[in-house]
Amino acid sequence: MMDESNPYLPYIVRIEDAWYETPVGDRAVKTFKVSFVDEKVWDTWSHRPGNCAMVGRLGIGESMFCISSSPTEKGYLRFSIMHSGGKVTSALHELEAGDTMTVRGPLGNSFPVEEWEGKNIVSIGGGIGQAPLRPVINYVRANKDKYGNLSVLYGARTSDLHCFKTEFDEYAEEGTECHLAIDIEEEGWEHFVGFVPDLLLKVAPKPENAIAVTCGPPILIKFVTQGLEKLGFTADQIYTTLEERMKCGIGKCGRCNVGSMYVCKDGPVFSYAALKEIPEAFA
Amino acid sequence: MGDYKFAKDKLAEVIGALKDYQVFAPTAVGDVVRFKEVADAEAVKLDYANSNVPPKELMFPETETLFKYRLGGTDIEPEVPEPARRLVFGIRPCDAMAYTIVDSLYNWDFPDPYYQKRRDNTVLFGMACSEPAANCFCTSMGGGPASEKDLDALMFDLGDSVYVKTITEAGDEAAKAMGLEAAGDAEKKAGDALEKEALAKIKRTLDTEGIPEKLPSLYDHPFWEQFSDRCLSCGICTFLCPTCHCFDIQDEIEAFDGRRARMWDTCMFSEYTLHTSGHNPRPTRKERTRNRISHKYSYFPEKFDVIACVGCGRCINYCPVNIDILDILEESKKAEVKEAKA
Repeated sequence: MMDESNPYLPYIVRIEDAWYETPVGDRAVKTFKVSFVDEKVWDTWSHRPGNCAMVGRLGIGESMFCISSSPTEKGYLRFSIMHSGGKVTSALHELEAGDTMTVRGPLGNSFPVEEWEGKNIVSIGGGIGQAPLRPVINYVRANKDKYGNLSVLYGARTSDLHCFKTEFDEYAEEGTECHLAIDIEEEGWEHFVGFVPDLLLKVAPKPENAIAVTCGPPILIKFVTQGLEKLGFTADQIYTTLEERMKCGIGKCGRCNVGSMYVCKDGPVFSYAALKEIPEAFA
Repeated sequence: MGDYKFAKDKLAEVIGALKDYQVFAPTAVGDVVRFKEVADAEAVKLDYANSNVPPKELMFPETETLFKYRLGGTDIEPEVPEPARRLVFGIRPCDAMAYTIVDSLYNWDFPDPYYQKRRDNTVLFGMACSEPAANCFCTSMGGGPASEKDLDALMFDLGDSVYVKTITEAGDEAAKAMGLEAAGDAEKKAGDALEKEALAKIKRTLDTEGIPEKLPSLYDHPFWEQFSDRCLSCGICTFLCPTCHCFDIQDEIEAFDGRRARMWDTCMFSEYTLHTSGHNPRPTRKERTRNRISHKYSYFPEKFDVIACVGCGRCINYCPVNIDILDILEESKKAEVKEAKA
């Protein structure tokens, strides 16, 4: 856990491995597998699927990213970061294995995975929106006996732009349903062509005893939640994550509020039922 | 607690006697009155309505270092203040209330050591208002010109002398350190009379009943534009607000020496919420005005059970285009609520 006497102090982490999930360039996604330079931090560290952390570089700054590894993956943390053209993501993308960066966390709330035990889990993601869903998927995979079926629905504009591609085969081997989509037809593509909300309606997961988690660009979240409702999911069966500009990550600096909720602290995970009560949530 | 007094021409001696305290008092810096550490008691100013800059800067400086580092290194040196015992001399009751409001934010989960260390080590010697200003509305916000709330001692300016009423042990201890004489019934009566006169001078009021519950329903209401249309997004209403607590965090480097610092920020700037993608959830002054008012009068009370406004009137006094928070709130009460979306 974070230094309780001073929540502004980051940990220094060393990058064990770093690789591109998508082609190098603008909006490329790079995954960093990191571990604490001070190994003792692991003794007190614990995070949950959905938790975030401020990741950065000394001299540049820090920004909020979801921890894209599940707590069941031991001995490292993963962050999958899109090059957005900003100061922090540009500086982070320069880093390679062996370099250090800073991590301050875990921050924010998390997916209520214990409440979901015994249920079927449907994950619906688009693009880099798969990053906060990956820890849920891997948590459920690691605790298979506690959950019903796991289905992964995931799309991106092109197959190149799928994150975590190398893991799709593992899902299939384990019997996790994996439905992939791309927006634009490609030669040799055997899966769905079209937008994720359409993939959802085609796969049509059953709402009975199920929980749906979704993340992606706001437009995807909007149409996926509509699709889920059409399929019979109620608002309290649907969970998503929000993002806003953040500085402190601990509910003080002010800017990330949607209504009375601070996304950094009360979020980033919200049920669709909760978001319906906050008009600013979809601003 | 105790009742004390001192002759006004002995002010320098009284403050000078506080050897074990770092004393801050209202000081004129050009035309601006703000709280400064007292170097010369002659510069302490007591004849003003309220300081232009609120004393929030004594707990939450305009800019402060969070930690230092060397570029390329991995050592992080925190710069948490270890303040000596401090005393704020002459704080207005409204500004003392503001500290208590902001305390809840700084401590609601992750306690903020930078703020809290200063706060814990500070004794508040209030000065009752004899001449409330035209836009003061503290009485509508649970305060008053001689409110003792959140103070350690309260002083009354009786002309040639000052009557000091201590409220807490810490206040009484400081009064003893000042070497004050005991006050009697005459001073107490004069203090009561001063309060009564001051109360009569407060002309602006607001009935806050129902506002926190109603504001969220006005999210899409066009009435905000009546006010936001002329807003310049200058941010003065927030920078000079004693309860506004928002900040930015920036890294600064000079050669190889770096520091991470935080500084006052304002929700009235568009960059405050701007995403790197270019998306801005509060792109225009309408959304920003709505957020400023809703945060103070609805979101903050929803979370912390207290409205984040003390009625000091600074946002009204210093707005360059005369946007008046009381007008906005009165208008919000009149605005017709649209049917909630199903």
